[in-house]
Amino acid sequence: MVAPQTEELRVEIAGLVDKLGPGRSSLIPILQDIKHRHRELDSETMQVVAEMLDIHPVEVYSVASFYAFLHGAPQGAHVIRLCGTLSCDFAGKDAVADALCDELGIGFGETTADGQVTLEWASCIGMCDQGPALLVDDEVRTRVTPDDARAIVAACRADEGRADA
Amino acid sequence: MAASKKTGSARQARIAKALKAAFRRELATRGDDAVKIRVCAGTTCNASGRAAVSCALAAELERRGLTDKVQVVLTGCHGLCQEGPIVVIHPRGVFYPRLKAKDIAEIVETSVVGDEVVERLLYTDPASDEKIALEKDVPFYKGQTRLVRAINGSIDPTSIDDYLARGGYGALATVLAADEPEAVIDEVERSGLRGRGGAGFPTGKKWRFCRQNPGEKHYVICNGDEGDPGAFMDRAVLEDNPHSLLEGMLIAAFAIGGDEGYIYVRHEYPLAVARLRNAMDQARERGLLGADILGSGFSFDIRINQGAGAFVCGESTALTASIEGRRGMPRGKHIRTVAHGLWGQPTNLNNVETYANVPWIVTHGADAFRAIGTETSKGTKIFSLTGKVRNTGLVEVPMGATLRDVIFGIGGGLREGRTFKAVQLGGPSGGCLPADLLDEPIDFESLTAAGAMMGSGGMVVVDDTTCMVDFAKFFLKFTAEESCGKCVPCRIGTTRMLEILERIAAGEGTVKDVERLEQLADDVIEGSLCQLGGSAPNPVLTTLRYFRDEVMEHVVHMRCPAKVCRPLIRYTIDTEACTGCHVCFGACPVQAISGERKEPHVIDQKLCIKCDTCRQVCKYDAVPVETGILAVAEGRQQ
Repeated sequence: MVAPQTEELRVEIAGLVDKLGPGRSSLIPILQDIKHRHRELDSETMQVVAEMLDIHPVEVYSVASFYAFLHGAPQGAHVIRLCGTLSCDFAGKDAVADALCDELGIGFGETTADGQVTLEWASCIGMCDQGPALLVDDEVRTRVTPDDARAIVAACRADEGRADA
Repeated sequence: MAASKKTGSARQARIAKALKAAFRRELATRGDDAVKIRVCAGTTCNASGRAAVSCALAAELERRGLTDKVQVVLTGCHGLCQEGPIVVIHPRGVFYPRLKAKDIAEIVETSVVGDEVVERLLYTDPASDEKIALEKDVPFYKGQTRLVRAINGSIDPTSIDDYLARGGYGALATVLAADEPEAVIDEVERSGLRGRGGAGFPTGKKWRFCRQNPGEKHYVICNGDEGDPGAFMDRAVLEDNPHSLLEGMLIAAFAIGGDEGYIYVRHEYPLAVARLRNAMDQARERGLLGADILGSGFSFDIRINQGAGAFVCGESTALTASIEGRRGMPRGKHIRTVAHGLWGQPTNLNNVETYANVPWIVTHGADAFRAIGTETSKGTKIFSLTGKVRNTGLVEVPMGATLRDVIFGIGGGLREGRTFKAVQLGGPSGGCLPADLLDEPIDFESLTAAGAMMGSGGMVVVDDTTCMVDFAKFFLKFTAEESCGKCVPCRIGTTRMLEILERIAAGEGTVKDVERLEQLADDVIEGSLCQLGGSAPNPVLTTLRYFRDEVMEHVVHMRCPAKVCRPLIRYTIDTEACTGCHVCFGACPVQAISGERKEPHVIDQKLCIKCDTCRQVCKYDAVPVETGILAVAEGRQQ
């Protein structure tokens, strides 16, 4: 039995396979593209990808579950990723983290109930002399204060979705 | 002989002509002697309001009808990121840091139309408190020797013509014209260039091994998975001068006989990926990448692979596994990547900075490169200087410069009233070095002997307010989380080590724990397959080696000398100094402070969460922090 959304999914994945090639090395780029657009990778998607690349679904799951950006619960329309490393720590990351959690009413690794914003930790984003730093989707923000953090949350809430999604 | 010489010179002429045809001078930025304004468009300046400055500048030039006369260039990063947005006005090179849109009109009037400087907007050297007008006189730049980053602040990173105007791709044309791959390897080997990613393996040697190993195909990979906390040199090269990387990879591919390349970049570097894609498109369009490059018959193309959030993928075998579409887990290195790398073929893998050094070596010759540096470490190294120094940012110095030169010379020393405690080099694989090693030269061997490592070039400076136990805990937590889980000593060992450190930080550690920590560190190093595990204990081991007294204070006296470890400290109010201004009363998030206005306040230890807010808001220095057995015992009793 093939559900209608599966058909749509098949077309989409077939397009990606065409673009990136049918080899095993296309697996991660394909998964990244799907995760970026649909904000999640469900088991059905992984099965279709496996079939099209001619590898076992368990292999796909094995890869997806290894990488931090591929696995996990569905993401919100916007993802705020606060740099959790040392230099940002010195610069007052904790106060920004508190402001974000407080404003969103969620903890790190969670998504707001309306599906609008996901809050995550990022590994070093390379803005070490400009901390605290964070990524709002793909945009880098530096020297973020707790007030800035609240403004960022408000902007994400007001906005429909990622411009690049 | 004569015939081959003739075909050789025909080849040379053909390639030289093709390079000339690839360059469109009218699209390049004018030289530094022309009137022009360079606006830094690095990530940091962008994030600190560069766009508003650019807009104001464009509007002001338009208003004065100067748009055609004065060129505005958005350049790569200037390096002194904390002073952004940075604007430099040529031909004099007047340096204006931390600019705001409202200052633009005055600057254009004084420094562009006129030939004066706006005194109040000039850079103030934090060390001497003097105003400095010209970019070249800023101490942060004066102390550096810039080979790799030489032109980053003056070119537009999105323009291939700016790169070509500065002699870019000239090194590639030279090696293609000479058509002697082995000679390129000889030159790189003779230059003494060593891998800038951490281990410091001789680059020429690696290329030779790769070339000599038989295979259906030879691959060239660039490791741009710069994951060390505190390191951002490669991000800067990718963003500010992506063509230098492409040129380096092209030369490497020609030397080892490869026609396919990969650049593996972190997902966390979106701008770097965008600039790289743009550079690759331009290079393809001009015949500098793809089939039959510059009409030489040599073909090479590159594909970008983005990381997916796994630190371990910076390890070469894990990285190749990730490109192949598998879990990024390292394998044993008894067979080297140069023999059996990507899809089992001979593969040359270097990091971004290593490749970016190659065009300079080809252009200036191995001897010029050898003239810089020490006996065993040649050339320069870029460091990202961060932490509690006055000037932070990217620093390129000759190998052999001392830590003191970098931290106190270029970095301007510690911030007001603070003293140097340690510098952490090499991220989670490196170590913390104390003040008495400040005069150590920075080269591969000296740092390894001291228990740290060159690593990729992160340099985090800490002062007396940092607790070394807490600092070591941070790095260990990082590696414990990022362990891929393949080897038991790394997966479980780092976690157990972290637990011991956490006990020590909580005042519950024993002398036996410290011994256990050292034993376990040795086991993790011994039993891990890759260098993530093999070097993970380094931060802890250097802490025990150089800051043992501080660790033992935690264990024996339940004292955290830096007053950082929360279970070991207690906030009190100095009744003599407290004026009863009530500020802390309002600021405390848990209402643990009580007291009438103009009367000394009291902190309820049962409610206090030790968030440090009261100490920060107090204007009278009336919130001393106590540490030691007494403070802990009283805290626990209550």
